[in-house]
Amino acid sequence: MAATPLLELRGIDKSFGPVQVLHDVGLSVYPGEVTALVGDNGAGKSTLVKCVSGIYTMDAGTVTFDGNQVAIHTPRDAASLGIEVVYQDLALCDNLDIVQNMFLGREKVRGIVLDEPTMEQMAGDTLASLSVRTVKSLRQLVASLSGGQRQTVAIAKAVLWNSRVVILDEPTAALGVAQTAQVLELVRRLADNGLGVVLISHNMNDVFAVSDRIAALYLGRMAAQVKTSDVTHAQVVELITAGRSGNLGLPPEKPAAAGFADLTPPGADL
Amino acid sequence: MTTMTTSSGPVQVAKPTVASHLHDYWGRVRGGDIGSLPAILGLIVLCLIFGTARPTFFSAVNFANLFSQGAAVIFIAMGLVFVLLLGEIDLSAGFASGVCGAVMAILLTDHGWDWYSAIPVSLVTGLVIGFVLGFLVSKVGIPSFVVTLAAFLAFQGILLVLLSGGKNISIRDKFVLSLANDNMSVGLSWVLAIIAIVGYAAVQFMRLRGRAARGLVTDPMGIVLARIAALAVLLLAAVAVLTQERSINPLIISVKGVPIVAPIIAVVLIVWTFVLGRTTYGRHVYAVGGNKEAARRAGIPVDRIRISVFVIGSFMASIGGIVAASRANSVDPNSGGSNVLLYAVGAAVIGGTSLFGGKGRVLDAIIGGAVIAVIDNGMGLMGYSAGTKFVVTGLILLLAASVDALSRRRAAATGNR
Ligand SMILES: Nc1ncnc2c1ncn2[C@@H]1O[C@H](COP(=O)(O)OP(=O)(O)OP(=O)(O)O)[C@@H](O)[C@H]1O
Ligand SMILES: [Mg+2]
Repeated sequence: MAATPLLELRGIDKSFGPVQVLHDVGLSVYPGEVTALVGDNGAGKSTLVKCVSGIYTMDAGTVTFDGNQVAIHTPRDAASLGIEVVYQDLALCDNLDIVQNMFLGREKVRGIVLDEPTMEQMAGDTLASLSVRTVKSLRQLVASLSGGQRQTVAIAKAVLWNSRVVILDEPTAALGVAQTAQVLELVRRLADNGLGVVLISHNMNDVFAVSDRIAALYLGRMAAQVKTSDVTHAQVVELITAGRSGNLGLPPEKPAAAGFADLTPPGADL
Repeated sequence: MTTMTTSSGPVQVAKPTVASHLHDYWGRVRGGDIGSLPAILGLIVLCLIFGTARPTFFSAVNFANLFSQGAAVIFIAMGLVFVLLLGEIDLSAGFASGVCGAVMAILLTDHGWDWYSAIPVSLVTGLVIGFVLGFLVSKVGIPSFVVTLAAFLAFQGILLVLLSGGKNISIRDKFVLSLANDNMSVGLSWVLAIIAIVGYAAVQFMRLRGRAARGLVTDPMGIVLARIAALAVLLLAAVAVLTQERSINPLIISVKGVPIVAPIIAVVLIVWTFVLGRTTYGRHVYAVGGNKEAARRAGIPVDRIRISVFVIGSFMASIGGIVAASRANSVDPNSGGSNVLLYAVGAAVIGGTSLFGGKGRVLDAIIGGAVIAVIDNGMGLMGYSAGTKFVVTGLILLLAASVDALSRRRAAATGNR
């Protein structure tokens, strides 16, 4: 607890029309640590991430980055702060190659001409720094990569920019055992390199394997943010499904859950 | 093959040899990434068929004819490549070219303007048309199919109104007429061909050196030399044929040299290929065509890109209209109508540009345009009626579209998604 958070969210509200998806959510992300963000389907994890990355605008709340309060309105704002997101659906262009995808929207140019050699070199360096040795060629189309390789490219794209905070939305959801292990190792390595990492996952084994802290969202509210070493598997599952566990989590007397449960049908993801 | 490795950044990869390069290429073809290969093979087969059936097909006169016959469609098709890259369509490109051609003809003939003021006005007309189409598609959100179908009818009407219900406006301006009908001198033809070959070689070698200096993977020297040699053989052979005397009676008038439209097509090809392949804008066009949401999240202004491709499409249609007017020496209510649009879409698709977006090159328009010009010309020589030509061209377009669709499925099946 000695370290100060790199990224701190306080009091985030977000509604889609009449449906309030996030209520007064707070979250702290520490450098060099993996913070696992857990919660049931529809709890609001992806929505929270998209608020931080500037894809959605939040209705209320503050974002503090590196001690300074910041405003994030567009994906570019987030990127210029050093916040990178690996989305649930990856957001890669199948018809472009690895290098082209990694630099998409932030291409290096010399004059008006794309500086391909520089981009290729930087992409190669980044992949190497992540100890990725599985791709055959940097000029391979992303379409021809396996699920794990695509995930690797998406993560490499996020760390290419000297990013400070990397947020990964269910990076292992579609992967096999071996590739999951690879990606988790990569996630751990990012944190060991001093980045603040947020990992969204439904898999408790993965969460306990790599995270330092766990933040549990329950129906759009932050039920608890705890150190991984302080809780058990069962407690986290309870936090996810009931919003509290023993003296952890949302206070029981607040019957909020019933108030908006019908507004946010679980399982209705994008 | 060899154990030598080269670094691509610090990622170690095997240094490609000529054999491994060809092997990789074949792998991509089998994986569904066939590009222009069917069109090039088709072109060769068609030429052999027509050349055997009608020896005049291979005459210098006929070869020169192919250029002026195909030019207008090729220009329109080059613009359509941009529209198709986003998975959109522009059905109004044919009549847009007619309208732009008519604007030029009216200014030249009815108002006595000079070519250097009439042509820019015609080109700007194309830009404005494209902006309106693109705005309706991207900002209002009407599907491009509907917008341009409506524009197809509207432009046909505008053309009729411009030509006061159907009169034919002839063009007498020397410069405009020369565009599609005259040839360069024999000397200039050779000089330009040599410049093109040397320029291409220089670009290839500079690229090779630049990458090698950074320790990046380079194409094998054998492949680079083969590319340059192929271009040299193609250009020199074409110039050799086109610089022969084509006049029936050379004593009265001599006709020889490369048609003026050929270098115009080449310059436009180089410019647009550069834009698509070497600039940020081009990269973003491919990205939006490949995955619009990914492009948006990467901060790419998707709406502006969508408008821009329609602007380029209609701009190229205006060039096509000017060239068509030049070739016909006139503009009439059917300019840009009839088979023009279908030929242009066909040229792009036959050349290998995907109807599903994200895949295609400007060169495809020329290769596909050549296929269509050869069919039209060859079947004409063999005495087939316009009806038969349309049926055959329609079938070839269907064939190309099926190849496109099937190779997509093949790509999905082989994990190329
Ligand atoms: N664009 C939107 N418009 C309206 N409602 C939305 C929108 N996006 C998300 N929601 C709603 O917000 C709630 C939270 O969704 P979100 O995608 O953040 O959940 P999640 O925690 O990421 O779930 P999962 O684990 O399934 O990915 C859901 O009830 C969803 O229906
Ligand atoms: Mg989600």
